[in-house]
Amino acid sequence: MAQQESARVRAEEEPLLSVENLQTAFFTDKETIRAVDGVSFDIRRGETVGIVGESGSGKSVTARSIMGLVDSPGRVLDGSSIRFDGEELTDKTEEQYRGIRGGEIAMVFQDPLTSLNPVYTVGNQIKEALRLHQGLRGAAATEEAIELLEAVGIPDASRRVTEYPHEFSGGMRQRAVIAMALACDPELLICDEPTTALDVTIQAQILELLDELQEERGLAIMFITHDMGVIAEVSDRVNVMYAGEIVESAPVEELFENPRHPYTQGLLRSIPGNQPGSERLETIEGDVPTPNEPATYCRFEPRCPKAFEECTRVHPASVEVNTGVDAEDHSAACLLYPEDVSQAEAVELHEQRNSEREVSER
Amino acid sequence: MSEQVQQESVSVATGETLVEVNELKTYYDEGAILDSNPVKAVDGVNFEIKRGETLGLVGESGCGKTTLGRTLIQLESATSGEVLFDGTDVTELSGAELKNWRRNSQMVFQDPESSLNDRMTVGEIIREPLDVHDWNDPKERRARVRELLDVVGLQPEHYYRYPHQFSGGQRQRIGIARALALEPEFVVLDEPVSALDVSVQAQILNLLEDLQDEFGLTYLFIAHDLSVVRHICDRVAVMYLGNVMELGATEEIFQDPKNPYTHSLLSAIPEPDPTSDKERITLRGTPPSPRDPPKGCPFTTRCPMKIRPEKYQNVDPDLWVAIEVFREVLRERSRAEKTLTEQAKELLGMETRFSDIGEIRRELFGDLDVPREVEAHLDRAAEHVKNNEDAEARKVLRDEFGSICDAENPANHVVSDSGRISHCHRHLPEYTEPDEFTPYTER
Repeated sequence: MAQQESARVRAEEEPLLSVENLQTAFFTDKETIRAVDGVSFDIRRGETVGIVGESGSGKSVTARSIMGLVDSPGRVLDGSSIRFDGEELTDKTEEQYRGIRGGEIAMVFQDPLTSLNPVYTVGNQIKEALRLHQGLRGAAATEEAIELLEAVGIPDASRRVTEYPHEFSGGMRQRAVIAMALACDPELLICDEPTTALDVTIQAQILELLDELQEERGLAIMFITHDMGVIAEVSDRVNVMYAGEIVESAPVEELFENPRHPYTQGLLRSIPGNQPGSERLETIEGDVPTPNEPATYCRFEPRCPKAFEECTRVHPASVEVNTGVDAEDHSAACLLYPEDVSQAEAVELHEQRNSEREVSER
Repeated sequence: MSEQVQQESVSVATGETLVEVNELKTYYDEGAILDSNPVKAVDGVNFEIKRGETLGLVGESGCGKTTLGRTLIQLESATSGEVLFDGTDVTELSGAELKNWRRNSQMVFQDPESSLNDRMTVGEIIREPLDVHDWNDPKERRARVRELLDVVGLQPEHYYRYPHQFSGGQRQRIGIARALALEPEFVVLDEPVSALDVSVQAQILNLLEDLQDEFGLTYLFIAHDLSVVRHICDRVAVMYLGNVMELGATEEIFQDPKNPYTHSLLSAIPEPDPTSDKERITLRGTPPSPRDPPKGCPFTTRCPMKIRPEKYQNVDPDLWVAIEVFREVLRERSRAEKTLTEQAKELLGMETRFSDIGEIRRELFGDLDVPREVEAHLDRAAEHVKNNEDAEARKVLRDEFGSICDAENPANHVVSDSGRISHCHRHLPEYTEPDEFTPYTER
């Protein structure tokens, strides 16, 4: 009941970030790699949206595209749309982007050691953001930097602010990076595997911190990880990515309870902790393919236990998997769905969706 | 058929002890002439590994698990203690004897990207141990490599390819084939799957299990991912700061952890189930430096179940946390590197960034109601800090607020019928057992 209500509220409210048909490709001499291929999702204020997938599935490139950090030979293709707070980001010049990056949208990267500059003190690096976006300088900036470090739970902050990154432990560094990201009170925080390089006890601290900060500041968080446990813990809504596409999208509880896409099912089953006592782990055979051509088939088909003939011929579109009165907002890109029609009809529906999409792209 | 294999592996596992480790210590950076303050990576560890079993070694980074693994197969030399391998102390071996023994113990490394030489073909990489130990003639070696490729699930035609042509999972398979080349009895697996994706990780874990059954291998499985350990290990040793905190059968430890550290570690793993309402103990701070471990129990600085002195039994939990953080800050400061100017200023008794103690006290105790008695001790400590006598300040606080946990290293208590041991003072009869004790912060 409560869930239904929240779903309705979700649908009514204007999203903070709305990504529509995002396509990012890297053009090399040898081939074109379509790292992100037609991804669409929304993030609303105060909500945490998780993006989960294996390495090479395009999670980080999605984040970098939103931040405008895709470098040559990569480029966001025409027809992609990223709307932030009503503004279209893909048309922005580099100059304009700089005002948004670190200001309204901030990002926390995976490895805190490489995202901090080793030759500047931590304080200096936080003050840089304050100077660029808020014009704070000198003692006022230092004061603010100390306050930020305290806000992310670093004790003895007035000493710490004068220290260099190598004097911080891994968890402290990630806290400092978060402090930096928060410096200008962003509305959206993109966390790209922020805890992957950390130990579980430190990971627990950082997740708790993000949770507190979100509550305090009403942040919207886009959380990228490959760890299903972390996703279950932090997100409200989950998008599962595979080979550059979102294959399933659902509220977190629904996804874990009732995964519909064969890939998500396989992913959840291959977690060792999920099957204590069982002799062998279930696996998904093979590796993630590199998407280097427009998809005219299902990219998961070679590894899919439920594949059938049409899978090699028809590219699945994202469809609602549940129909009915209390349908959750749950979609999957698989020819098996919708379930209430025959397989042939389902395939036809997917074909139809694809041609609609092609028409609209022209 | 598979049943038979299983039975066989079980009978192997109940066999005799293969590796026995007694009071093993490995220190780094020893022997400075004046001020020898080594990194105590492994600090007095005892355990044994039975033939055919998988012993898991878990702990946070920097706790010494990799060093321990490397010391077991003599990639690091032990500072003291012994490693008995089939009864022979391998820390004493050298020269030809050592080389000969090395055939018996191999290692699979963590990062498949950096543990393979990019300039050698896969065949050369796997053949190298055979070449080094002059195994049979070259033709047979090549045949053996092809056989190994098949064993780990690669194709014979991969012989002439280079490592960069393989994915992470395949590279790890190459590393495993190399470790198996000389038919060792004992393999140290140093985080073999932590660099891999979940679905690939499962493939490698299954492969490792198959190989163990097929060749009767004994594994030391080092990992920080506890769910992997739960799946693959028969027994687990939990390490913290160079010490084994708890050691016992895997399921027992996961179902009912006895040691406070194990308990906190297990509670910190995020469950892949959004509806779970597991009670989490979030540990404060980070592990202390192994150069300067706490005097008593290694876990004392972060332990949520630390024993308090009798008279502070009923102190407000927030105040107690503040006191602990205060002590942590002082410890942290003594670890921080001081620049030459700072050292000079300190000698001259001038202000340094370390001497401003008022700020921290305001930050920590500002909104708390501090009883007069506690206040007096804090004042004394602060006075010492002002005079740049950090060690004195720490001593004042330790004497007043410390307990047996700060004073003595706990003994290894046997805590279950199956011989599980746990390294904690709370198993002494005069204190509440850790699993019956509610942490002060939860009250």
